Amino acid sequence: MLGKTAGGLYWMFRFLERCENTARLVEAGFRIALTRSNDPASEWKSVVITAGARSHYDAKYDSYEAAHVVDFLLRDTANPSSALSAVEKARTNARMVRTALTTEVWEAVNEGWMGIKETLKSPVKETDLPTVLGEIRRHSALVRGALHGTMLRNDIYDFTQIGLALERADNTARIIDVKYYTLLPSASFVGSALDNVQWETILRSVSAHRSFRWLNDENMTPSSVADFLILDPRFPRSLSFCSRILEESLGFLAKDYGARLTCHDMISAQRDRLRENTIATIFDEGLHQFITTYIDDINAIGQQIEKDYRFNG
Amino acid sequence: MDSERHHFDEMLSGSDGVRAPYAEFQKWFADEDPARLSKKSKEAEAFFRRTGITFNVYGQAAAQERLIPFDLIPRIIANREWTKLSKGIKQRVTAINAFLHDIYHRQEILRAGIVPTELISRNEAFLPQMIGLTPPGNVYTHIVGTDLVRTGEDDFFVLEDNARTPSGVSYMLENRETMLHMFPELFSQIKVQRVSNYPKSLRRSLAASAPERCHGKPTVAILTPGIHNSAYFEHSFLADQMGVELVEGHDLMVVDGHIAMRTTRGYKNIDVLYRRVDDEYLDPLNFNPDSMLGVPGIMDVYRAGNITIANAPGTGIADDKAIYSYMPDIIEFYTGEKAILKNVQTWRCSEPDSLAYVLAHLPDLVVKEVHGSGGYGMLVGPAASKKELSSFAAKLRRNPSNYIAQPTLSLSTVPIFAKKGLAPRHVDLRPFALVSPGGIDITPGGLTRVALKAGSLVVNSSQGGGTKDTWVLED
Repeated sequence: MLGKTAGGLYWMFRFLERCENTARLVEAGFRIALTRSNDPASEWKSVVITAGARSHYDAKYDSYEAAHVVDFLLRDTANPSSALSAVEKARTNARMVRTALTTEVWEAVNEGWMGIKETLKSPVKETDLPTVLGEIRRHSALVRGALHGTMLRNDIYDFTQIGLALERADNTARIIDVKYYTLLPSASFVGSALDNVQWETILRSVSAHRSFRWLNDENMTPSSVADFLILDPRFPRSLSFCSRILEESLGFLAKDYGARLTCHDMISAQRDRLRENTIATIFDEGLHQFITTYIDDINAIGQQIEKDYRFNG
Repeated sequence: MDSERHHFDEMLSGSDGVRAPYAEFQKWFADEDPARLSKKSKEAEAFFRRTGITFNVYGQAAAQERLIPFDLIPRIIANREWTKLSKGIKQRVTAINAFLHDIYHRQEILRAGIVPTELISRNEAFLPQMIGLTPPGNVYTHIVGTDLVRTGEDDFFVLEDNARTPSGVSYMLENRETMLHMFPELFSQIKVQRVSNYPKSLRRSLAASAPERCHGKPTVAILTPGIHNSAYFEHSFLADQMGVELVEGHDLMVVDGHIAMRTTRGYKNIDVLYRRVDDEYLDPLNFNPDSMLGVPGIMDVYRAGNITIANAPGTGIADDKAIYSYMPDIIEFYTGEKAILKNVQTWRCSEPDSLAYVLAHLPDLVVKEVHGSGGYGMLVGPAASKKELSSFAAKLRRNPSNYIAQPTLSLSTVPIFAKKGLAPRHVDLRPFALVSPGGIDITPGGLTRVALKAGSLVVNSSQGGGTKDTWVLED
């Protein structure tokens, strides 16, 4: 496979995942601001920060108003991570690697792009927001389904999974990073209503409020939320899960190509670190420190993959 | 004035109203509910959009990716008609390859005084870098598109030769797929020769043209300028259909005297490169130094016989519209036979007498640039305003050798499916010929382009033309 093609597949799935994650963040922000918060502006601000869009946002707006944030995160092409920008880039990459995709996958991406572009042509009214966000998530699910059901499990598939897992790991880690202080087990906050709102925001941002409840009954503590997001191997957006997908997909490549490269050592080291830790040792070490290191590692692994598999020559 | 002319309609000119090749189709059509056809036509458009069968129009940022309108009435050619056409194309393509070899070697045809020397020496498409170089298998134009027009029952003319990088074959294939999808019953009633083998034939033909010293199965790749190119869809479509890599210049480099592509496992040699990048951009070391689209040093690899470039650099000389005017003589010179396919009468404006004639009859003529394509920069006399005519006349006087002129042909029409039923529109035809050392292979039919505006003679997709499925009937 061409190095460029591998890169195109990787970025196509990073951007698709980013598009979906952005929609999820908006959804969580919208819900919390609407129902639970006394200070919606600060909720929206942390949504913008989590989306990694703060500098672009501040360059354009002075305040964190719901309508501005929603518009900026969904439609603004000046924001490289907006849902619209992300789906455009996903589709451009798909077009570039079209020969590597099945017709079903290509059509799902192309139709998703056409649909989202049309839906986001004009500003989204508050009443339409749930429908619009649902549509974005549905398109994303269609691509994933087509991929799952029609693609050969070869190196092409591996690069899509690597892109997806990296973007997702980065996203979950950033959500924790922005809100890490609400997860610290400092006695004064435990059990307060405020914290529950914060934890719920976090869980909603990764669409996990329901699965969390299933697994933890009513036991919502900072440590149980953090444990779930970082270490639970069952939750498809936990750091542990994403790192496992990364290690597996890279492992398939190593086997397929008969070559173990630097990126393989890096991901193994990261997984070992996750395996050796419990939520207690992570808190002992410092949650913030742990997450920051994880984000740096993930980015470094991404860059190493680009180099090892010659995405850019 | 156009409506007053008599046009040959390929469907409705027969004595009993319908010409024989269309008889079966007409029966089917008469029983169809126009509302159902309208619905199908809309479905086809949605299908093209969904599958991304689009082309980019240069200089139109707003409509970056556009669809080529598809008309559901097929253009039907009888087997007997096709047999003659394909024989004529074979002859012409053979002569073009012999001509190109000669032009870059001994130049016998110039010495014989059949083609004037200055037509070659002062020609932009002539590449001095190709002098004395014989491409693998001595094939210059691996893929040729011959543009044909028709004016009567037995009157086909070659309008131009596309020996450089003819495009449109993906539409030939997708149009057929679309028709099969929409009207499967038609194809069980009427026996139509299939076109779906084209990608396989193309791959076989390219592989057969690999350098002599290439052993084992040759590695073929398509070189595209990238996703912003107007024909990108076609490049990726063909790569996909052939099962070969679609590469860009930055994927390639010269490794140990070979052209190699950067893969996830290192560099891999390419034996045959089907390039859809113009000569000028092919090699910044040998041609345009600013090109980002090509591969530095590819011409040196080519000269060393380590890669086949399809089509060979420098083949554009055969597309030249002034050279075109000599094509009947060229065919006779190299094949010893009279040309089977007729040329359109052509005035070379470089010749003072011709220029005077052309200037005097501008409102009746079609004037084209000798290197023009895509319908850009041409004048259709009968459709031009007084102002356009006079400004074009000034251009002609300034640089006469840049132009040729032809009579306005009374192009045949084929009906399109319009809101108010069938409506005649002018068409042309571009069959595709594949050339390898093993022989010439022509897919039955080709791409029919159709002018969608009533009376218009311009069929180019960049100028708002559409396409039709083209049927060659089984006997």
